[in-house]
Amino acid sequence: MKRRDLIFALLLLVVMWQAAAWLVNRPILPSPWLVAQVFCQELGKGLASHFLVSFWRVLASTILSIALAAPAGLILGQSPRLNRFFSPLIYLTYPIPKVVFVPLVLLFLGIGDSAKIVIIFLILFFQILVLVRDSASGLRPELIQSVRSLGAGRRALFRFVYLPASLPAILTALRQSVGTAVAVLYVAELYATTKGLGYYIYLNGSTLLNYPAMYAGIIAMSLLGLGLYFSVDWLEKRLCPYKSN
Amino acid sequence: MIQVIDLTFSYGQNPAVFQNFNWEVQRGEAWAVLGPSGCGKSTLLYLLAGLYLPVSGNIIVDGEPLQRPRPQSGLIIQDYGLLPWATVRQNASLGLRVRNFYGPDGKHTPQDFIPEQNVLPWLKRLGLEQVADMYPGQISGGQRQRTAIARTLALNPDLLLMDEPFSSLDAPTREGLQALTLELQQEHALTLVLVTHAIEEAALLGKKILLLNQPPNIQANIIHNPDAGSPEYRHSPHYMEICYKLRAQMEMS
Repeated sequence: MKRRDLIFALLLLVVMWQAAAWLVNRPILPSPWLVAQVFCQELGKGLASHFLVSFWRVLASTILSIALAAPAGLILGQSPRLNRFFSPLIYLTYPIPKVVFVPLVLLFLGIGDSAKIVIIFLILFFQILVLVRDSASGLRPELIQSVRSLGAGRRALFRFVYLPASLPAILTALRQSVGTAVAVLYVAELYATTKGLGYYIYLNGSTLLNYPAMYAGIIAMSLLGLGLYFSVDWLEKRLCPYKSN
Repeated sequence: MIQVIDLTFSYGQNPAVFQNFNWEVQRGEAWAVLGPSGCGKSTLLYLLAGLYLPVSGNIIVDGEPLQRPRPQSGLIIQDYGLLPWATVRQNASLGLRVRNFYGPDGKHTPQDFIPEQNVLPWLKRLGLEQVADMYPGQISGGQRQRTAIARTLALNPDLLLMDEPFSSLDAPTREGLQALTLELQQEHALTLVLVTHAIEEAALLGKKILLLNQPPNIQANIIHNPDAGSPEYRHSPHYMEICYKLRAQMEMS
């Protein structure tokens, strides 16, 4: 995708928003220009810290889920016996929409960051686990044999074959689930917290009735999602150049 | 160089592929192993590579019973042997990187190994300099096999094992690589065992040809082909004769 096309698409969205604001002509749909101004003002008045809290929650859960799911996926992908044992379990738990656990996790872990981090972790963990497992088990036996014939034992196979092979799987998993993760973060931040973009949006929209500020919060949350998506894209180009070539 | 003594091998509970099979390869010899699909020729090569272990009997390479892949043996397979995420240069240096990773432990790496990463001379020798920074998916099948050869020869092996290395290539590329194999084998005094299902390839490359049949293989059927060893051999009456003989024997079984 060209940068020029992206800017054009962005402009188109802003124009459509502006047109809708004129047509509706009510406080619940302020113009993009007003929202942009409020966004800049609100940044200094706490929006930035709400953003950082949300960002920290997503980042921590992403790191945690990669750290646990990638090795687990590699082990399952390498060991058919372990995979046979665990795969019914994964099969049953993978499709459960993790967002339904939000109240449950909150009950167990209470308010604070850990509950939010665990909820996003649950989503990312399964996605990464399944994709890394499948990419590790999908490696052709011929490839493994030929690398073994170069003298590679288990450790070298891990370093030179399994690890680089699972990298694109991790990035694909992140790309697929980063949107869901931010959506679920929003839901999780509606409960029992006074920090985070979800709380900020809800507070301004439903309690303070400050609609431009609510929109500023929505913009901030979109930027969070977009930023994460772009980061995954960038990492993929850097770490897996053979895919784009 | 290689002694196969009373080798018996089967996959799990299936009937034996080799049964009390004996065979011997001298140092520096060029062998072709020929046979129809399912005859066990690739199995034999994987056994020689130390990737499979015999059910009973022994495989002795360079005086040592084979228990695991031997660092001085090089294996080249038909396809899928290169890492798709690594460039030609990285793929060619993979064996060296594995050796540097372990250090000279005598198990994964020969004890006299001197740390080395430079594969440029091999890339030059095999005409891969231009594509050194490209990925396997971007180059031709012939270039991929050259990369696999560079990767193996960079480890300075004394035994080269090849499993149908050229069968997925078009005829001119295949002939080019066959000539290259002959050249390299003579240049480095390599012991060569090349597995193929193509009669013409066996006759061109193997000074001795081991003919395998439907399993179980019990006795080594060896055909001598002393004039092989140069690409021009392809046009000689001897070559035609050997091809005819091989075909007759394959059909008979």
